[in-house]
Amino acid sequence: MAAATSRTRKGKIRWSKLYSFGCLRPSTSEEHPADRVGQLGFTRVIFCNEPYLHRKKPHKYPYNNISTTKYNVLTFLPRALFEQFRRVANFYFLLAAVFSLFSLAPFSRASLIVPLIFVVGISMIKEAIEDWHRFLQDLDVNNRTVKTRMSNGVFVDKPWKELRVGDVVKVNKDEYFPSDLLLLSSSYEDGVCYVETMNLDGETNLKIKRCLEASLCLNDDEEFSGFKATVRCEDPNPNLYTFVGTLEFENESYPLSPSQLLLRDSKLRNTDYIYGVVIFTGHDTKAVRNSTRSPSKRSRIERKMDHIIYILFSILVLVSLVSSIGSSLFLKHDMVDWWYLLLPDGSSLDDDDDLFFNPSKPVKSAVLQFIRALILYGYLIPISLYVSIEVVKVLQKMLIDKDIELYDDVTRKSVQARTSNLNEELGQVEMILSDKTGTLTSNQMEFRKCSIAGISYGGDITEVDLAASTRMNANLEPFEFSMDETNRATRSFELLDFSVSSFSAQNGNARLLKTEEPVIKGFNFRDDWLMNKNWIRGPNLSDITMFFRVMALCHTGIPIEDDNRKTDKLSYEAESPEEVSFLIASQEFGFQFFRRTQSLMVLKEFDPSSMEEVEREYKLLNLLEFSSSRKRMSVIVSNEDGRIFLLCKGADSIIFDRLADNGRTYEQATALHLSSYAEDGLRTLAFAYRELEAAEYERWNTTFTQAKATIGPEREELLEQASQMIEKDLILLGVVAVEDKLQKGVPECIDKLAQAGLKIWLLTGDKRETAVNIGFACSLLRQDMMQFHLSLSREAESNNEVKAMEEDILQQIQCSYKLLCEEGNNEAPYGLIIDGKALEIALRGNIKDEFLQLAVNCASVICCRVSPKQKALITRLVKQYTGRTTLAIGDGANDVGMIQEADIGVGISGMEGMQAVMASDFSLPQFRFLERLLIVHGHWCYQRISKMVLYFVYKNVAFGLTLFYYELYTSFSGEVLYNDWYMTMFNVMLTSLPVVALGVLEQDVSSDICLQFPALYQQGPRNVHFSWSRIIGWILNGVVTSLVIFLANIYILSPTALQRNGFVTDMNSLGAITYTCVIWTVNCQIAIITSHFTWIQHLSIWGSILLWYIFLLVYGALPPDLSGNAFQVLIGVIGPAPLYWMITMVVVVVSLLPYFVHITIQRSFYPMDDHVIQEMEKCLKKDDVRDNEMWVREQRNSQRSTSIGFSARVEAKVLSFSQQMQQKKLSIYRSVTNSPIYRSITRTPFS
Amino acid sequence: MTDPNRERYRIRETAFYLFTQQSLPACKPVLTPGWVITIFLFMGLIFIPVGLVTLRASHSVVEIVDRYDIECVPESSRIDKISYIQDDSIPKNCSRFMKVRKYMKAPINIYYQLDNYYQNHRRYVKSRSDKQLLHGRKYHDTSSCQPVELNNGQPIVPCGLIAWSLFNDSFTFIRERAELKVNRKNIAWKSDRDHKFGKNVHPFSFQNGTLIGGGKLYPKIPLSDQEDLIVWMRTSALPSFRKLYGRIEEDLDVDDVIVVNLMNNYNTYSFGGKKKLVLSTSSWLGGKNNFLGHACIIVGCSSLVLAIVFTLLHLKYRRPYGDTSYLPWNRKSLSG
Repeated sequence: MAAATSRTRKGKIRWSKLYSFGCLRPSTSEEHPADRVGQLGFTRVIFCNEPYLHRKKPHKYPYNNISTTKYNVLTFLPRALFEQFRRVANFYFLLAAVFSLFSLAPFSRASLIVPLIFVVGISMIKEAIEDWHRFLQDLDVNNRTVKTRMSNGVFVDKPWKELRVGDVVKVNKDEYFPSDLLLLSSSYEDGVCYVETMNLDGETNLKIKRCLEASLCLNDDEEFSGFKATVRCEDPNPNLYTFVGTLEFENESYPLSPSQLLLRDSKLRNTDYIYGVVIFTGHDTKAVRNSTRSPSKRSRIERKMDHIIYILFSILVLVSLVSSIGSSLFLKHDMVDWWYLLLPDGSSLDDDDDLFFNPSKPVKSAVLQFIRALILYGYLIPISLYVSIEVVKVLQKMLIDKDIELYDDVTRKSVQARTSNLNEELGQVEMILSDKTGTLTSNQMEFRKCSIAGISYGGDITEVDLAASTRMNANLEPFEFSMDETNRATRSFELLDFSVSSFSAQNGNARLLKTEEPVIKGFNFRDDWLMNKNWIRGPNLSDITMFFRVMALCHTGIPIEDDNRKTDKLSYEAESPEEVSFLIASQEFGFQFFRRTQSLMVLKEFDPSSMEEVEREYKLLNLLEFSSSRKRMSVIVSNEDGRIFLLCKGADSIIFDRLADNGRTYEQATALHLSSYAEDGLRTLAFAYRELEAAEYERWNTTFTQAKATIGPEREELLEQASQMIEKDLILLGVVAVEDKLQKGVPECIDKLAQAGLKIWLLTGDKRETAVNIGFACSLLRQDMMQFHLSLSREAESNNEVKAMEEDILQQIQCSYKLLCEEGNNEAPYGLIIDGKALEIALRGNIKDEFLQLAVNCASVICCRVSPKQKALITRLVKQYTGRTTLAIGDGANDVGMIQEADIGVGISGMEGMQAVMASDFSLPQFRFLERLLIVHGHWCYQRISKMVLYFVYKNVAFGLTLFYYELYTSFSGEVLYNDWYMTMFNVMLTSLPVVALGVLEQDVSSDICLQFPALYQQGPRNVHFSWSRIIGWILNGVVTSLVIFLANIYILSPTALQRNGFVTDMNSLGAITYTCVIWTVNCQIAIITSHFTWIQHLSIWGSILLWYIFLLVYGALPPDLSGNAFQVLIGVIGPAPLYWMITMVVVVVSLLPYFVHITIQRSFYPMDDHVIQEMEKCLKKDDVRDNEMWVREQRNSQRSTSIGFSARVEAKVLSFSQQMQQKKLSIYRSVTNSPIYRSITRTPFS
Repeated sequence: MTDPNRERYRIRETAFYLFTQQSLPACKPVLTPGWVITIFLFMGLIFIPVGLVTLRASHSVVEIVDRYDIECVPESSRIDKISYIQDDSIPKNCSRFMKVRKYMKAPINIYYQLDNYYQNHRRYVKSRSDKQLLHGRKYHDTSSCQPVELNNGQPIVPCGLIAWSLFNDSFTFIRERAELKVNRKNIAWKSDRDHKFGKNVHPFSFQNGTLIGGGKLYPKIPLSDQEDLIVWMRTSALPSFRKLYGRIEEDLDVDDVIVVNLMNNYNTYSFGGKKKLVLSTSSWLGGKNNFLGHACIIVGCSSLVLAIVFTLLHLKYRRPYGDTSYLPWNRKSLSG
């Protein structure tokens, strides 16, 4: 019942009467581009309520289902195959396999085709699984239901995917719009509704949409029985802010505007229900049109890997050329004499067509030999590299997904790596571009502090102060300026109260923990003075009362009675969460706003004189709406006594400009508070009022009404002027500070990321003040930072001349840059704040470079009022200009562009919207998980993958070159030393598992230590593990290894006997022995690389070696038909020979020696960061002292160089504290020494 | 605020949980100077003795090598050795004298060594049919044996270039007028004799064609007993190779002179190959080869040297274990 009444009450308010701007815009007044309807690009016709007409041509439009999958059942095979063979290496192996069908290949067909199928098959299965997940996600969206009118007039739940153009749907509160709808009517009488478009453009304030007057009557299920209308409008396009069309209804035509269009992916808020007609469906909707197909991203390492592959290819071509030339030389000069080959002499063509060895056609033979050699030395190209990397990445992804530290209890979601391609890229990020709302903040406002009549309340110490003072405790005596506790004025001046430092760290933490959980949502305020109504005993009673009245009256909110409420507390709904928090706060202070009618606002006020609650009605005379250009809002009310007040709230600068001379009593104190609030990252608003004479009001009201009635473009200007007239000579009451609640752990996370050397840019659609506040709140900005503000000057903006604007911005940039360069050595960091309009100019051709140069050199960059497109553009330019790895993180559809554009896109999955998550590469439930994701998993994955790739290169070079060396001994005839199946096994079985184990489980240091030394992360961006010198080094190591293995084997084994019985080695046994050495060497090499041995590593490494012997045994035990020349090679031939085992030992040691010497030298004399930290860890484990002095000191040292983040702020604060201390000490000293008592004391000899 | 899922997960503090949290118990070896020196010392101490033992084994082997390909051609024919060898009418007998310099204990392996003979040439290696060797004429597909596949439409057994070019020099050894007994059995790998060469396969139509390559086979003896062929068909890995011919099962004393009567049939003259006869005893490590021993000793010595060098370097430029001044942030502050 209560709900019903509230609804009806709400329904009675005609919002259009309350608002002065924007809303009530006579639709006829505007020039409407509706004439274009029907022309090219505006041809769409929609028959409302007759969806069946859209089933066939010419008005056939698609269903409302969307699909984000890459493949479907039919296209999967060809497209996935195409994707696979686009990789050079895979294509090469495909060619090799094709050649193997002819006699060209030196290997058997199966040994070439089987690995290829294996490798490609695994990759394709992975693709298929990933696409399947995408399909399931689509299915989830497509199966959401919406109430749709059926032909029998009943509204039933229908899945989104079955929605057709022309359907009439009813969307309830807090539901998403299933497609682009034309608003017909809403639960409000005047047909407005509130829409949250956060998913589309990231703006948090609600947008008002209004239906046409003509369709107002359609606000009930029954009304639609005979409803028929035709909409003619533009064709589907991605433009979010335009809509052109006409509605033909009851033989009249009405122009349509964007304010009638409800976009897919936005959400109905504060409105019980709306009716709408589906206009665009599925892929025609603006939201979907706006989203681009997510590009397939490749990590930096993978791109570099391509270059490595090219190098290996060049080696391959080189050795093949050597082989083919060598072969033809042999053929021409020597081979003709080798009678035992019975070479065709060219005269008898039919006898024998061995084209490879035809002395009469040496060129042709050489070409064929070249091709054969290309295939033969294919082992230089690691065929299984891609597949191993893919397997490793999938496992890494699984481990990331499973990490319990990345699990969010609240949302019950975990971090999800949505693509596994970019794991190692996480370890190389240098720039983070972050969205604000929903990413850093939780879009929740909390009332935190206020300053009334020059006294600050709720002035809790901030975390920065606390941390700074605990830090200072170490070298400072508790230093109390114990002022009189009752003297609130001085207390509030004493913001940097050093009594803080007397809290022990534990107490402080407990305090902070307590304050983190506010009892009332949106209200995190603690001050006994105000809360317990002690203020009535204090001074300035009337001002305080007035302050609360402004808070309770100057807003557009409405009270909501909860159905199941227990107390008499109300909850509120308003356009912005800020207003809600004010209303809640004023309710807590005893000024409960509890009813609103068309012209009345009713408060339950606490009357300080009678000490009891009274109900007071205020007549709402005018409401001057908030807008981003005005930055203020006022209401004009008359109280029961008939006194007229203008109550105003707004941005402090605006209000301070409009104060009356007698209204500036508290200006100084308030300004002080304002700056301290702002430094804490709180969003501030100033409250002021003014009493109006009745006559003055009347005079003004006529002007205002006139302005309101004006039709035409000058209307807004007139209204603006009118409000200017009345909003002046204000009396300042105070300021309030609300906290845009940061998500849990955000400042700490940013701090750690900053220590890891990452730069964080904030890109937000919100206004500058908000952005700056958040910059402070999450320590991206701090007070002693030099801030550059780039924005268009007013003249330039009004002229709207591109040239002038460009010059303006360029000048600003150059000025700032000059400043930055001049004081470049200065410790003070710089912050850059730029707004969307300026950014648009700054990102143009010639200014771009200068802008980016400036931006990159600033410690933090905040871009406000940027559109989704600009976000993407910035991301792209930063990526291109700096060449650094960028990570974009966001939660809404407005971040999709940026997420797709960045090297790594991260979506926040905590909120409801899925667009960002769908487009992202990683999804996190909370921003704070970014820390662990990057610093731990990123670091690990980077190390793992780079080690793995390098090892792969090494292993294949070491193996592949032995094939080549052998060619030198076979007159380049293309004979292979090893059995085909040995070679097939090489990449597939015998060396693959240790690499996978390395790639999945290797840790240079444990996760705790990664987090304690974020600076270790810098290895990734500096790319120490995958530099060209390392790559070349590993290739050389492979060359050396192959040489050692091959030469040692042939010199030891040839030509003498292998064992006591005098048998000599033949090709088969030499092959098996050499191969044994290769297997041992490459597997031992990986054991040297590995620094973290779990049983899995042990098993895989030693198991691989064992597997080789098992394979040899089993394969050799097969009948000779199958095993060929490997028949009983182990037990019959090489096994019994002691020489075999000795060779293995010696060759392995010798071939590993160069690398071993290298790392011993490096470790001993040029250690890398991880080496030292490993050693430190080892040291400490011995002592078992975690908070060892050295440990802590190093941790501190590693943090030193950052200029943003919490620690940096604390650092700066400590500095400023100690300076102030110094001053205070000095002043006290002076005052003491100057005091007569002191003088008298000093004069008196005490001793 | 605890989630039952999470709790359940935590309770399973099993290996799998530890695995997913990447916190499996692990051994994390850190290469400390102490370890480095120990490893190098250890390697030195292992490799030098091993090398010495190997060298000793190698030195215990006595080897007599005699190149006979030139000497066995009469002076008059040395200008055109090819026509000499190809002329069937000239007898190819030849006698060589070998002096035993060191006591040789039986069994003494007799090898013939061919140099510059590419038995590992691809065309050559592939030209055989393992199935035919095992199954004889029952196996018809001899396409792999090109170009020595058919003779007058009949398959050749054994087919292929390898068999066709069978080495056919023969040796007899006489010491003090008595012929030394040469055991020609057991010169091939047992696995080959038992499983790769058929017991019921007899040479058929072998060396009957227009082009005759090397040696002939006894048509009556099954392939599994024709050990010369089996040895020959184990193609050598390198262009210079030895193959076992037989064993002398009597000890040879110092200063014994052995007369070798050989039939110099095999044509290595067309391609300038060398033919050598080798008598060699064997040790537990096989034949005479100093390379392994030298390699071991070199590796061992260099390890010792490295151990000493590292010790000295550490004494001089000692970097304290876990020295923090090498950390990047400290280094940065040092440099500027």
